[in-house]
Amino acid sequence: MATTAAPAGGARNGAGPEWGGFEENIQGGGSAVIDMENMDDTSGSSFEDMGELHQRLREEEVDADAAAAEEEDGEFLGMKGFKGQLSRQVADQMWQAGKRQASRAFSLYANIDILRPYFDVEPAQVRSRLLESMIPIKMVNFPQKIAGELYGPLMLVFTLVAILLHGMKTSDTIIREGTLMGTAIGTCFGYWLGVSSFIYFLAYLCNAQITMLQMLALLGYGLFGHCIVLFITYNIHLHALFYLFWLLVGGLSTLRMVAVLVSRTVGPTQRLLLCGTLAALHMLFLLYLHFAYHKVVEGILDTLEGPNIPPMQRVPRDIPAALPAARIPATLLNATAKAVAVTLQSH
Amino acid sequence: MAEAAESPGDPVTASSRPLFAGLSDISISQDIPVEGEITIPMRSRIREFDSSTLNESVQNTVMRDLKAVGKKFMHVLYPRKSNTLLRDWDLWGPLILCVTLALMLQRGSVDSEKDGGPQFAEVFVIVWFGAVTITLNSKLLGGNISFFQSLCVLGYCILPLTVAMLVCRLVLLAEPGPINFMVRLFVVIVMFAWSIVASTAFLADSQPPNRKALAVYPVFLFYFVISWMILTFTP
Repeated sequence: MATTAAPAGGARNGAGPEWGGFEENIQGGGSAVIDMENMDDTSGSSFEDMGELHQRLREEEVDADAAAAEEEDGEFLGMKGFKGQLSRQVADQMWQAGKRQASRAFSLYANIDILRPYFDVEPAQVRSRLLESMIPIKMVNFPQKIAGELYGPLMLVFTLVAILLHGMKTSDTIIREGTLMGTAIGTCFGYWLGVSSFIYFLAYLCNAQITMLQMLALLGYGLFGHCIVLFITYNIHLHALFYLFWLLVGGLSTLRMVAVLVSRTVGPTQRLLLCGTLAALHMLFLLYLHFAYHKVVEGILDTLEGPNIPPMQRVPRDIPAALPAARIPATLLNATAKAVAVTLQSH
Repeated sequence: MAEAAESPGDPVTASSRPLFAGLSDISISQDIPVEGEITIPMRSRIREFDSSTLNESVQNTVMRDLKAVGKKFMHVLYPRKSNTLLRDWDLWGPLILCVTLALMLQRGSVDSEKDGGPQFAEVFVIVWFGAVTITLNSKLLGGNISFFQSLCVLGYCILPLTVAMLVCRLVLLAEPGPINFMVRLFVVIVMFAWSIVASTAFLADSQPPNRKALAVYPVFLFYFVISWMILTFTP
């Protein structure tokens, strides 16, 4: 600071551009900051004297800095302290200006209070919204109301992550280049954020009246059906039960979302495009979650139960027939092949 | 005035006696003696305090911190409604617990990437980012707890689950079987409930009364995930 101030301190209006803004700051604020009682010079109460003061200050700033560095912090009176006091206040003001700018930038970008209105919910409201997400409403003639909150959807996504972890652990899913937790979080958050953005984009193309927040909330609450289905079918491994729940519960939550979107879109083609895409993605996601993280358990069950092979399990079965000459026992080969299939499938 | 201006300006004497000491000699009129000392106590005392903890031996510092951590462990194990965890928060305890838990969840085999077990970094990330998420959630719901206080409470309440991990590892030294699993399941469930009760006892007061359930649910999910990692651990 001393080195750049010395050449600029020659004349007041010769101040360099880097000091220009600072100068304006001092001009208006200087007289308010500096305590008049501390000055022994009694003529220092007018603006012209303030100007001389600043010029003198800049010229002597090198000395003042050196002197201020030797002083103790507590002193602020006396002739020597006066110059140190001024230079310290100048430095202080610079620090305050910088700090103000930094905190303004920080509060702009890191302000979580922006999200506060979206978390303003009561437990009774969350409960009723969860139940309503399974009930499709027939009234499609005028736009249905969507609650724009983020607490419920966020908690549902985390619940889905927890259920997915539970399912992956019970089925001993092997994930080669990643971790179970990372995969679960990536899948669930990726679906929620990605599909919401995609449908919002389609809604923009189809002139539907929905905002991004509402789409996030709608899809988030639509995951409630997924949570229920997966929770039940990860514990009870019955194929027919899963298909039944997939159609029933998954279908209900999809119908609800579709009805809301239809009520907010005009035109049959647009409605078909938007709702068809959402329905397909939502149902297929449930199917994917069940089968991708549940394969090995089904494979074991089939081996125990007999030749009730679901179409996806065909590949590992062919190996014993293909390698009759090998001395490797068939069970080991099957298990290895299944593990390889699972890892390949999990990518 | 002149004497008052000169004497405190002298840097040599100012350090040896309190500032403004000369002012006590000035009297405004003969009738009203103005007496007393004006001292500025704060700065010098603060500096003394700082240097006193800087100059003490490392053993003293470590023992003092360890005692504070141990005291908070006791508060977690016997949860009462008290403010100790909130008032003097520190993050040493959560760090120790997190590292212990992550180390115990290692399998110790050469090809440990191939199985689904959590790696060290994964446990760390789950614990700390989970705690940060819960803290942000409780702040957004209108709680008046500070960020680090909440992190401190959530970290210290992992203690019962760490104890459960120790017990599970000991139980796993015996022969595997359904009884083994039932014992571990029971221990983990009990410790999971204890963690939730302990953290609720500390955090519940900071939430608005009708939204306690909304703030407790993510805590429940968080400890559920950690309990699940502990329960499904196989060496």
